[in-house]
Formats: sequence, C-alpha cells, structure tokens
Amino acid sequence: MDIRTAVPTIYGDEWTRFGETWKSQVQQLRERFHGQIEDVRMPQEQPTDVPIVYVKKSAVIEVLGYLKAEPGFDYDFLADITATDEEVDPRFEVVYNLYSTVKKCRIRIKVRVAENEDVPTAVGVWAGANWAEREVYDMFGVKFAGHPDLRRILMDYRWVGHPLRKDYPLRGYQIFPTTAPIDTDLLK
Amino acid sequence: MSKDGSTSFLTTRLEDFISWGRKNALWPLPFGTSCCGIEMMATLCSDYDMARFGAEAIRFSPRQADLLIVAGIVNAKMAPVLKNIYDQMADPKWVMSFGACASSGGIFNVYSVTQGIDTIIPVDIYVPGCPPAPEGVIHALMRLQERIAAGDTHSQRREAAQKRGATQKGARV
Amino acid sequence: MEKLNNAEYGLPESEHYSIEKDPDDLWQDSRVIVNIGPTHPAMHGALRLCARLNGETIEKSYAEFGYTHRAKEKLGENRTYHNFVVYTDRLNYCSALINNVTYAMAVERLMGVEVPPRAVWIRMICAELARVTDHLVCVGINALDLGAFSYMLYGFHQREEAYTLIEKLCGARLTTSYTRIGGLMADAPSGWEREVKEWVQRTRKAIDEMDKLLTNNKIWCQRTIGVGVFNKEQCMQYSFSGPNARAAGIDLDLRRDQPCMFYNQVEFDVPVAKNGDVYDRYLVRVAEIRQSLNIIAQCCDKIQKGPIWSEDKRVRIPDKDVVFNTMEGMIHHFKFFMTGFDVPEGEAYTSFEASNGELAFYIVSKGAPRAHRMRIRGPSVWHFQAIPTMVEGLKIADMVAALGSINIIAGELDR
Repeated sequence: MDIRTAVPTIYGDEWTRFGETWKSQVQQLRERFHGQIEDVRMPQEQPTDVPIVYVKKSAVIEVLGYLKAEPGFDYDFLADITATDEEVDPRFEVVYNLYSTVKKCRIRIKVRVAENEDVPTAVGVWAGANWAEREVYDMFGVKFAGHPDLRRILMDYRWVGHPLRKDYPLRGYQIFPTTAPIDTDLLK
Repeated sequence: MSKDGSTSFLTTRLEDFISWGRKNALWPLPFGTSCCGIEMMATLCSDYDMARFGAEAIRFSPRQADLLIVAGIVNAKMAPVLKNIYDQMADPKWVMSFGACASSGGIFNVYSVTQGIDTIIPVDIYVPGCPPAPEGVIHALMRLQERIAAGDTHSQRREAAQKRGATQKGARV
Repeated sequence: MEKLNNAEYGLPESEHYSIEKDPDDLWQDSRVIVNIGPTHPAMHGALRLCARLNGETIEKSYAEFGYTHRAKEKLGENRTYHNFVVYTDRLNYCSALINNVTYAMAVERLMGVEVPPRAVWIRMICAELARVTDHLVCVGINALDLGAFSYMLYGFHQREEAYTLIEKLCGARLTTSYTRIGGLMADAPSGWEREVKEWVQRTRKAIDEMDKLLTNNKIWCQRTIGVGVFNKEQCMQYSFSGPNARAAGIDLDLRRDQPCMFYNQVEFDVPVAKNGDVYDRYLVRVAEIRQSLNIIAQCCDKIQKGPIWSEDKRVRIPDKDVVFNTMEGMIHHFKFFMTGFDVPEGEAYTSFEASNGELAFYIVSKGAPRAHRMRIRGPSVWHFQAIPTMVEGLKIADMVAALGSINIIAGELDR
C-alpha cells in the first residue's frame, strides 16, 4: 500500500486517464532529446504520482520551452519550482512541477546539481519563475545563471547559511539590530 | 450630581483622575502580522466590538497610539521593525502580547522566530491562545485597564521613578 | 521642450524612453521614494512595497516579504506526519480547514489509505465552509480599504456564524487542526448538518443584501473597474490560479478539472469573468460564495451516517477504551504518538483548489516517519510576485485596491 495504490477519492483514476498520454509523451521526449534525458520514472513502476523526467542541466530550459509550446504537450502552467537536498553527490535536485491547463495532467522535471554549480534560469520561459528561483537560492544556495535579480527573498539579506539544507540546524537563530534599507538601485 | 439635583463633591488625586482617563481611552495600534491579526479584526468588528471598552480609535501611526497590540509572529526580520515602532510611541505606552507566537514563539521554535517579544520590548499583558478567542482579548483589555488605574504598568512605573529621581536629587533611577 | 538626462532617472538612452520636460508639469522633479510596510494598514499582513513615486503615481516599485517566515517547510522535515497537521492551520489562516483537508489527502495518497464516505463528505463541507469565510474576509477587507465600512460588518457577522459552526465541529475558531491522517478528529455532532443548512439559507440572504449594497454602487465601480488589470497572458506567465486567474478569463478550477473527494457527484458552476481587474475579482469571489453555498447544501443532503476513520491499522489512532484497558493498545498509542507511523517511500504533488488558488503539498518520503522534503506551494507567492507589474502606473490609492483584491495571506506567502 503506497502511492501506487489507487484511491478513488484522491485522484485514483489518474493512471487510467493519463497513462497512455504520459507514455507517448515520454517516448516523444526521448526521441527529441535522446542524449539529454538521464532517466525517466513512470508511475506504477516507481513510487511516484506523475512521470519524473531527469534532464541534464544544459538542456533543461530547452525541455521546459518544448513542453510549454509543443502541441501534444501543452504544459503551459508552471505549478512550482523547488529543490531537495539529497545529501549525496550531486547534492541537490531542482524540481519543476508542470501542469497542462489543456490536458489537465501534470509532469515533473528534475535536474541534478552539485554544490557550487549553477542551473540556467527559467525566467525566459515563465516570468513567474523569478521568485521561485530566488527562494530556491535563499533556502538551498543553488544559483541560477542568468537570473535578473538573484537576492535572498524570505530571509534577511545579512543571513548566513541556507536554512533548508539538511546540515542547517532547526534552531540556528540569527539576530539583526537594524531593518533592511530601501535598495534604490532596484527603483531606477 | 446626586439624584435630587443637589451638587456634591468628588475629591480625588490628580494622578488617579488621569489614570482613569487613560484607561478608558486606549488608542490601540494593531501590529497584526499573522493568524492573530484576523482574530484581532474579529474583536474589533461586529459581534464582539471592542469599542464598548473605549478602545475603538484605531491608530496606525505609532505617534498617535498608546496601546501596542502585537498580534502574531515576530521573526528575525521583523524584530527591528517592532523595536522601531515601540520607540516611536509617546509615553505612557502599553504593550499587549497577543497569542502564543508573540508571547513565547509558540509552536514555532525554529531558526527564524523570535522566542517572545519580551526579549525586545517590555510587555504589560499577555493573552494566551493560538490564536486567543475574542473573549480572551476583551478580558485582557479589562485587566490592563485595571492595572493602568492602579498605576502598575511598565511605563507608569518608569514615569514614577523618573519623578522620584527628579525630586530626590542624586537618586538613581 | 527641454530634454532630460535619461541616465539621471536610470533609464536607458533611447528614443523610446526619452522623458521630455513639460514646463507646466510641476511634478516633473518631485520624484520621491516611499517605503510602504511592513506594518501598514493597507498592507494585508506583513508585506513591504518600496515605490518610486511621481506625484501620486507609482513609477516603479519592488515588493519584499518574509516578515512572517515561520520555517514550516523545515518543520515538516522535523515533525512526524501526525504532528504536522497543526502547522498546516497556520498557512492560510482565513481558511485553515482547506489546508487541513489538502494535507490529509496528500499523506493519505502517499500511503494509499482510503477514508470512509462520511469523512469525505464532512471534509467537503469543511472545505467549502472555509472557502466562504475566506472570500467574505477578502471582499470585506477590500471594500473596507476603499471606504465601504458597513459592507465588511455584514460579511464579518456571517463569518462569525460560520465560526460558531466550526467551533461546534472541532472546538476552535481559526486554527482548527480538524483532520487526521486517515480520518477526522471527531464526528460532527448530531444535528450539525441541519444547522449548516440553516446557515446556508441565512448566508444566501446576507449575500444578496451585500450584493445590493456594493455591486452597483457608483463609487465602488469607479474605484475598481479598470484598476489593477492583469490580463490572461500575464496571468499564465505568473502562474495565477484560483479566483484571480478566473477573473482574467482563465477557465481553471481544480475541483472540476482534477476531481478528488466527491466533487464529481455535486453540481456547481465555475464562475469566469474576462477583464481581470479589481471589480471582476470581486464579482468572481461573490459568485464563488454562492456556488460554495450550493455545494454545502448538496453535501448536507447526501451525507450518510457511518464511520469516520479508515480501517487501515497504520494510521488509525487507537480507541481510548483499548488504550486504557489493554497493554497492546497502550503500547500502540505510545508508539503512534512518540515515533509516528512510517510513510512508504515515494513522492507526490497533491494539489487542491484552495480559496486563493492552487494549494499543493509536494512530499518526498524516504520511508521514515518524517518527510524528507515537505514543500508547500501556496498561491499567494505567485500572486504577490505580480504586484510590482500590476501597480506600475497606478495611483497609490489604486495600489491599495489592487493589493486587497488579490487577497494575499501572509501565512501562506511566507510559510
């Protein structure tokens, strides 16, 4: 009994509704980006709810743009960008959750990143990726190459460390005596 | 005035009279940050109506308010802001710590949360609850009024100590 | 006309951007930088907006948040799945029940647990009840910001009545913690469904009354129509969801598109407007209150007596008489609350239509009683991100209207 068990009241019919679509989409992706796709995890075979496509770092923006615009995919809604700290090498996985407002199905793209490596930014594909990427930078320290405004977002600008890394202590308090001043450079 | 219309005298000390005035005309500054801010709004709105206790003149400027209601979380980023606002308020001023987060950090003992606003500013009254029910807020307000009438708050004690210091030369406050 | 030095205003040198000085324009040189927030009556919660003004007009601004950051994602990795229910209340505190329901669903999905029908129906009533209260707060406060004080009082009275019903259900008003993994904290008290139906009747009348008060009000219309416009393409770029997206004409509702619970057994419409301004967001929210009331009424008719707990031994909290009378029950109870239950390895992104849009829990489990990663996707972050774009060129007073209409909840924004 795990994620592969179909529960009718919690999206239990997802595999019957979208299984074929996902299979053909993944097939098409493999043909189009054959060298760039590292791994695919399909639901039912692996414990996941939607297909996970591991993409090489260099190709991620191309894949996201393809998924967004290509007819037959239509993943036009960026549901979320986040990351996980895996504590192995490469350390981080940046996760893109996409949703198709046309087909009503979801897919997940993952990129493996080592510490001190950059990921290309997705702001060119979705303008809304801006803050989500800033949050990943703030919380995990993953940098996004080409990001227009990569600053800390949730924590104070003087904060040391990245709180959601597994080695950051839960109670690692930091105190600042003054408030953040207005950044006039941003208002030019 | 007595019932038959004849005039009678009411004698009192000036301090008591001022305290009486102060306690019945509290001007709150709602410093609502999170969940507790919603319950504070409920207390001010219909059904509970804090105006019945003389505390309906909400002032968002710290210079016009004398009761700072800190409703909700204060974290590392917010703490200097709270300190600034408290410093800007004119004496005498009172602070109500509204809810578990403001009083002690509550269930959030984590890297970003200040463990109680009393580590930053002096607090006169704490309201327990997460968030407190409006009845609890009104109860706290009435208790605060009692203490203001008795002169038993941080800012009144500070004021009294300063007066003593002025009359008894050389006394340290 | 005298040509201004573009570099002085931080603008690139080009024909398109050149500012020509108008000798009659007294405001030309009166640009001023203003800091609004983090504690400001117009800022809903602790938000901050730094703006460069030209007279009353916002020329450029940037937004900041994080003033109520409570590290819920970090706590999700450090608390058991059962303990984390409490923290979900404090996400969108105007509609805590929706967060509870979504979180319970997310963990149940990872474990393959099915809850009995009565629990699902109660969860649906709860979700819609919370949606109504959230929308009432949103439109009430938005109207209050623009000067319609009495409108808010109508809404808040109805909301107090809803809170009385919620209090009967779980003993708390705002932070409910009502759901458990695999069930509910307690069954609804007898006669609760009837009371909910009576409340639905009263609220329908109140909504009609509120409608008469504001919808065709001349001042309200002038302050809101054409203000804070965010069109369909921009909404898709910024991942808008919920009422804000529907106000711009995006026909998107996860209750209908990804039917979970028993949403495919009730009838409801998805209201969609087309202009994407403050007024349309208001209209969509009011229409949604009506639809939610319809759903609640249907749920109250269809709900049946029955168990509220799943039979799954992994998640079921042992009954009190077993705990107090048997050794095994005692040990089970102790283990349940001290170490928690293991969730099988896997990951899932479980989303639900919350009152502001798509609320989702992306949980990665490695087979332990604590999550490896607990990501909370709140809609407010994506909406607040659009504010600097939305308010560019508006007056300050219109910024207040725009900010109130997209309903940013600080707890969900900062997490």
